[in-house]
Amino acid sequence: MTYARGLKPLSIATVVATVVGFALVFFYAPVDADQGFVQKIFYVHVPMAIVALCGFVAGGLMAIKHLRSRDPSWDMRSYVAIHMSIILGLGVLITGAIWAKASWGHWWVWDEPVLVSFLVVFLLYCVYYPLRFSIEDPERQARASSVFAIAAGAFVPINFAAVRLAESFTHPRVLSQTGGDLPGEMRLTFLVCLAAMALLFVTLWKLELTSKHAAMSLKRLRTRLAAAPS
Amino acid sequence: MIRSASAILRKDLRLEARTKESVPAMLLFSVTAFVLFHFGLDRDSLDGELASGVLWVTLLLASVIGVTRLFAAEREQGGIDGLLLSPADRTGLFLAKAAALFVYLALVELVALPAFTLLLLGPGLQPELLLILLLANLGLASVGALVSALASEGRARELVVPLMLLPLLTPLLIAAAGATEPLFSGDGGPEDLGRWLGLLSLYDLVFVLLSVAVFDYLLDD
Repeated sequence: MTYARGLKPLSIATVVATVVGFALVFFYAPVDADQGFVQKIFYVHVPMAIVALCGFVAGGLMAIKHLRSRDPSWDMRSYVAIHMSIILGLGVLITGAIWAKASWGHWWVWDEPVLVSFLVVFLLYCVYYPLRFSIEDPERQARASSVFAIAAGAFVPINFAAVRLAESFTHPRVLSQTGGDLPGEMRLTFLVCLAAMALLFVTLWKLELTSKHAAMSLKRLRTRLAAAPS
Repeated sequence: MIRSASAILRKDLRLEARTKESVPAMLLFSVTAFVLFHFGLDRDSLDGELASGVLWVTLLLASVIGVTRLFAAEREQGGIDGLLLSPADRTGLFLAKAAALFVYLALVELVALPAFTLLLLGPGLQPELLLILLLANLGLASVGALVSALASEGRARELVVPLMLLPLLTPLLIAAAGATEPLFSGDGGPEDLGRWLGLLSLYDLVFVLLSVAVFDYLLDD
């Protein structure tokens, strides 16, 4: 039951933050003078990307914890964190493509280094499933998954540096599109949306952990019931 | 550690010399890929970015073959248990496997590069390319040994190796292709060579350290 602790207040906080975030996006934040209404996808796309990347790195840190402590629950936490980040990652790629189509006229833009790096990271993490589920022995499965999570977590920053370097020689970027110089209202809205997305991630992560834990307990009980003399 | 590593390396190289499983296959694949690129691009000679891209993508894809086979003998015939039971330590095993892959790659490049020059490349080769190859092979060898060990844990080795290796090698491809491109342009010297080599070295350093750090946990029964 330890997994389920705090799930209820967390869910309520997530709902409140999401509602407040959306209200700010539509009624408070000014419409972007340059891109118009479409720019509002920024409040979903960017927090989602940040939370997904943090989720990948967090998965790597939990994997280190698993290898250190040999506690299988940390492997489960790492797995669920990566699982959730991959789902968010798909959302990032889709919203990114919509935004690119609306503001630059193409569904995919290769000279946007952040988007390209994100695609590479996403493709790499998709291998987590075939790797994990091709190993039957639970202990070896947990260990190999953790090693992958650590290597991939370390890969994330290198990849971003490399892709950015590949671009910056040809197109110097003076001002980053998603950088810090947002006007006050936009910044507040963005921060609330980021908090909402982070809360959503933590809630879903906890929920999935709880359900996995419950499913495993149920399976154990069934096995015991089947083995018990009737 | 160095002694056990060099013993495992000698074993691998002897095995390869007798069975001829990886290197000839990688080589054949590279030359076939050059022929395919000739028809696919419909060009008789390449230069600049196209040449460096074709060369590096081919070498990376060829390395998939070597990486898939790297732990094959140990896994299929149970040799891995013998290695793990022996007092040889895991870091030594990693170093030996990475060194073996490094040697395979060097052998492949020794033939594939002249073949590439002969078949497709417009301008000649330049000595700076050696340095790029050296650093790239180092990165390929350390990432390859790690991926091979990881993938050989499960049943889906042939599936997992290319899917995992190629995204992991993207930064290496960016740096190596970026550094090679001015060398193949024919005109002018290498301009950004230093920066690309810096990126390659950083990549090598991170993945060598990372692989050594996690390898102990991977093969721990």
